Amino acid sequence: MMSFLNPKRWFYTLGKKRFFEFLFLVLFLLFFYGPLLYTFLLAFANKYEFPNIIPAEFGFKWWGYVLSQPTLVRSIGLSFLFAFATIFVSMIICLPAAYVLARFNFPGRKAVMFSFLLGNAFPKIGIYTSMAIVFYRINLMGTFTGVLLIHLIECMMMMIWLPASAFKNVPVQQEEAARDAGAGPLRTFWYITLPNAWPGIAVAALFAFIGSLGENTGTLLVGLPYYRTMPVEMYGVILDYPSTAGAVFSLILIAPNLLLLLLFRKYVGGETLARGYKMG
Amino acid sequence: MDKPTKLEIRNMTKLYKNGDGVRNINLSVSLGELVTLLGPSGCGKTTILRTVGGFLQCDSGKILIDGQDISQLPPEKRPTAMVFQSYNLWPHMTVYENMAFGLKLRRISKQEISERITRMLDLVKMAGFEKKYPNQMSGGQQQRIAIARSLLLEPQVLLLDEPFSALDAKIRSQMREELRKIQTDLAITVVFVTHDQEEAMALSDRIVVMNKGSVEQIGTPGEIYENPATRYIAGFIGEMNFIEQRDGTTVAVRPENVRLELGDATGGDIGGIVRTIMMLGHFYEIAVGTDKGIVKAFASAEEAAQFKHGDLVNCFFDGTYRYQPNSDQTENV
Repeated sequence: MMSFLNPKRWFYTLGKKRFFEFLFLVLFLLFFYGPLLYTFLLAFANKYEFPNIIPAEFGFKWWGYVLSQPTLVRSIGLSFLFAFATIFVSMIICLPAAYVLARFNFPGRKAVMFSFLLGNAFPKIGIYTSMAIVFYRINLMGTFTGVLLIHLIECMMMMIWLPASAFKNVPVQQEEAARDAGAGPLRTFWYITLPNAWPGIAVAALFAFIGSLGENTGTLLVGLPYYRTMPVEMYGVILDYPSTAGAVFSLILIAPNLLLLLLFRKYVGGETLARGYKMG
Repeated sequence: MDKPTKLEIRNMTKLYKNGDGVRNINLSVSLGELVTLLGPSGCGKTTILRTVGGFLQCDSGKILIDGQDISQLPPEKRPTAMVFQSYNLWPHMTVYENMAFGLKLRRISKQEISERITRMLDLVKMAGFEKKYPNQMSGGQQQRIAIARSLLLEPQVLLLDEPFSALDAKIRSQMREELRKIQTDLAITVVFVTHDQEEAMALSDRIVVMNKGSVEQIGTPGEIYENPATRYIAGFIGEMNFIEQRDGTTVAVRPENVRLELGDATGGDIGGIVRTIMMLGHFYEIAVGTDKGIVKAFASAEEAAQFKHGDLVNCFFDGTYRYQPNSDQTENV
C-alpha cells in the first residue's frame, strides 16, 4: 500500500520531465483551488476554531445566519439586478458598434478596437476616481445610473470584441441572401446575423454578467451609501462577521459564476470562446 | 430575336478602387433564356451579376428588367433572386424555415407557404427534407434547396454565381442537367456565372465570354466554338492547337480538324513525329511533336491504330483560324 505513495516510484514511472510537470500541476492546483476548498470547508462548518484545519462540526448554521441578515439578502438581489441591467444596456450599446467594427473597414478601425483595451490598461481606482469627479458634477453619485455606468465601462471591451468577432464569422453571403429574399437591413440583422452570431454574443454576455457581479471598487466609490452590491457588502462582512459567515457569503458570490461557466462549457465550448479573442 | 427582352444592361461600368471592374457592358437577355457569363476569375463576371442583384452599385449605365430601371434599387426591392457559390442557406434555420423566410416577408398565408414549399421540394427532388438543418445535408442537397428557395420567390431573373463549383464532378453534371430541365420547364430567365467552359457549353442558350472586365464575344455555344472571335477565346473554349507563323500571325486548329497521315514529316500543313497516343474514352489523342511545338489530333480507334510512338507523320488541317498578333482581329481560312 505504501508503494503507491512513494514519490521515488512516481519519479521513475513518469520519467524526469513528466514528474516535474506533474509536481508543477499539483502545486498549481493547490494554489488555485486550495483557498476555494478551504472556503467550502468553512462555509459548511457549524463550529470552527482557528488552528484546526478541519472544522469540528459540519452543518448549515451559518447559511441560515447569512440569509437572515436583511442587508446581505438585499445586496444579493441588487447585484443580480445590476448584472442583468448591465447585460441588457451593454447589448443595446455594444452590439451595433460591434457589427459596424466587424463589417466596415473604415480608417481608424483598429484604433477604435484598441481603445476599448485602454480602460483595462490603467489602475481601475484611478479611472473610477476621475469618473467620480465628473459624476459629482452631474449628480450621478449614489445613483443607479452612476453604478450602471461603472459596470458598463467594465464590460465594454468584452461586449465589443467578442461580438465583433462573432459577427465577422457570419458570412456576408448569408446577409445578402436575406436581402435578396426581400428583407431590409434591420430584418436581416435581426433574423439572420444576430441568431448566427448568438453563441459568441452569449459568451460575451456571460463575461459581462460575471464581471458585473464581481465589480466592487467602482461600485463602492460611486454607489455608497445607497447601492451596496454583494462584493461591496463583502468588505463589511470580512470586517464585522465571523470567517464562517464570510465563507458562506463568498460561496453565494461564486456560485452563479461557477454555474454559468459550467453551463457554457457544456453548450458553447471553448472553441467559440477562443475564437472570440481573435482581434480582426 | 422574337421573344421579349427581360433583362437589359446598358453601358454599365463598375470600377473598384484598384482599377479592376467592368467597363461598358451591354447585354440583353430575353424571356426564358439562359445566358452564361464565362471567364477566368477576376474577369468581372461576378461583378456584373452582383450589380444586377443589387449587391454592388454600378458607377454608370442602366440595368433594366421589363424596361424598368432597377439600378438604384436595394436588393430587397429587385425582382431578382441569387444563388451563391456557398454559404447559401441560413444554418440556424431548417430547410422549411429557410424556404419560408422570403414568402413570410411577402405576407403569404401559412397554408399557401406550406403548399408551395411542398411543391417546390418535389420539383428539386428533395421532398421530406423540411425538418433538416443545412449542416445535416451534403453540398449538392444544400445547393438544390438554395435553388428551390430562390425559385419560390418567383424572380423575374434568376442569378446563379458559380453555384456548382464547390460540388464534385459527377454531382455537378447531374445538377447542371436538372437545372436546365427546371429552367426550360418553368421558362425562367437565368444569368449564370461560371469559369468552367464545359459547364457553360452544356447549359447555355448563349454565352458571354469575358476577359479583363469587358465582353469579348457573345454567341450561342455553337457559334463560339465554331468561330472563336479572338485568340483568347480560341484558347479558352475547347481544345485548340496554336501554330505561330513567320509573319507573326497565329494559325489555330481544333484537334478534331487535324488529320494525320504516315509520311516523311515534310508534307501536309505541318510534319512531325508521334510523341504520345492517349486513349480518352471513345477517341484517341495523338500528340505530334513538330518544330513549331506539339500539335494534338483527335482520332477514332481505327485511325489511331495506324500510328505508334516515333512514327513520322504529316498533319493536314481541315479548318483553321488565323489571329493577328496583339489584336482581336480574326479571319477564317
